[in-house]
Amino acid sequence: MSTVTQTADEVILSKPEGRFKQFWKKFLKRKAAVVSLIFILLMIGVAVFAPIFLKYQVQAADYNNMLAGPSMKHFWGTDEFGRDVFTRLMVGTRLSLFSALISVVIGTVIGVILGVLAGYYGGIFDSIVMRCCDILFAFPDILLAIAIVAILGPGIINVIIAVAVFTVPSFARIMRSATLEAKEEPYVEVARSIGCSPRRVLWKHVFPETVQSLIVNFTMRIGTAILASSSLSFLGFGANVTEPDWGAMLSQGRNYLNSAPHMVICPGLLIFLTVLAFNLLGDGLRDTLDPKIK
Amino acid sequence: MGKYVVKRILSAIPLMLVISFLIFMFIHLIPGDPARLIAGMDATKQEVETIRRQLGLDKPLMAQYFIYMKGIFHGDLGYSIKNNAPVASVILPRFKPTIILTICSMIWATILGVFLGIIAAVRRGKPLDYLAMIIAISGISVPGFWLGLMLIQFFSVNLGWFPTAGLTMAKSYVLPSITMGCGIMAILARFTRSSMLENLRKDYVRTARAKGMSEPKVILKYAFRNSLIEVVTVAGLQIGGLLTGSVMTETVFSIPGLGRLLVDSINFRDYKVVQALLMFFSLEYIIINLIVDIVYGFLNPKVRYQ
Repeated sequence: MSTVTQTADEVILSKPEGRFKQFWKKFLKRKAAVVSLIFILLMIGVAVFAPIFLKYQVQAADYNNMLAGPSMKHFWGTDEFGRDVFTRLMVGTRLSLFSALISVVIGTVIGVILGVLAGYYGGIFDSIVMRCCDILFAFPDILLAIAIVAILGPGIINVIIAVAVFTVPSFARIMRSATLEAKEEPYVEVARSIGCSPRRVLWKHVFPETVQSLIVNFTMRIGTAILASSSLSFLGFGANVTEPDWGAMLSQGRNYLNSAPHMVICPGLLIFLTVLAFNLLGDGLRDTLDPKIK
Repeated sequence: MGKYVVKRILSAIPLMLVISFLIFMFIHLIPGDPARLIAGMDATKQEVETIRRQLGLDKPLMAQYFIYMKGIFHGDLGYSIKNNAPVASVILPRFKPTIILTICSMIWATILGVFLGIIAAVRRGKPLDYLAMIIAISGISVPGFWLGLMLIQFFSVNLGWFPTAGLTMAKSYVLPSITMGCGIMAILARFTRSSMLENLRKDYVRTARAKGMSEPKVILKYAFRNSLIEVVTVAGLQIGGLLTGSVMTETVFSIPGLGRLLVDSINFRDYKVVQALLMFFSLEYIIINLIVDIVYGFLNPKVRYQ
């Protein structure tokens, strides 16, 4: 008995490696997605190491150079306190990118667990999870986040919670249908009939099959999360205006749109490019992982 | 068909009730005593109690919910603390700008989105396809509030073509409509493209071509006609979200619509208005989705019989 399980496991476990190589070859052909991936990795690098190589301090005010346009000294100009906009944006990557990442990760983990369990076990649990998703879906996306922040109060933690909450239902739904499909596959049937425990069947055999749709969605959702959290910050419900958050900086810059347009152009452009990169990467991954959809 | 419509409507009603209850509960969870807020900080305990009784806040929560829901059907949405007026009279004048904006953005976004989608599908793999898809993915990725600010800076401040804020003339709707419709244009372009690509592969298109039918006729009369049902459905579903999209656009352009009212009311902690607006937005969303579902079922018999 144990040898049979072993071989079945070996076959399944050895599959991903070959698959990964194939996937990587196909992925490299999609130039927009590759460029996006490089850009995203660069931004993550900036978020982690920014303070080491930056010339200015985030809060360092230079009152002789307030609202100055882009120059050799201040690459992307300065803000109303003479603080270097480039420095603040680079350090802000931490807050903006990581808060989006954290909220999507939280939302994904909860959504995946609920979706996989609902799809696998069905019954009352499935009905309850799906009805809750219906309820969350009945709120148009950003409205749900605004409603949650209105109740919890402004602040970056609450924004993370809000974005995580509206990420959950889409993952739960996708994973549920992916699980329902995988459940019917012959090898899952085999795993079950040779006596694998439900937990083992679920996480070793069913879950890996759903990973493709998971990855594509995860990537796309980060873009949405960055947009949502910067929108909330712009409305004044997100990060504190003193903190270097992209949305908050844009919101502040709005007051100086005429005299110092770079305070609006630069953060906005950075948000746009980052979201674009995640969307292009998501598109590329979808085309590579699922050639059916074009 | 009748059975399908009734079934869809019946399934939406419990959802609406649950949502309205959740919003009601959430607003009650917010810390702070409304009676104390109205009475003022130096009011005596007695005065606060009287106001609490007047507002019906001394009753159990479920009873308060039923009273509130009963009020809604009579046009009574509560009293706005900030405006010192009934909530209904605060909200009603805000409808017009938001609805006009929604219609304007929907019209241009649908026309351009569908056009881009068709062009991209027909010229698949050619430069025009790439251009259309670059426009589309940019439209999805651009933060609406930033786009709005950039349009103001360029067209209003630098060129002076449009007013910078408010709704003083017909021209003032142009920039906000562009801002608001951008995302929908992008979604429709992508969707139309993939739907057209699928239909262009079908047998009847090949037959039409084999018959010697002209290419524009094949594309518009055969392929696009079949994509139309799905495109209309997707466009319809976007309307529900558009009203909410007004939150960002109206804030950027200082337009006195529903979205702006929501943001202002949250900032002023005018919770009766927040509650009414959240209820309106989410119920409107459910109802529009319901209508789209029914229309879709009407257009596509396959869905009806499932």
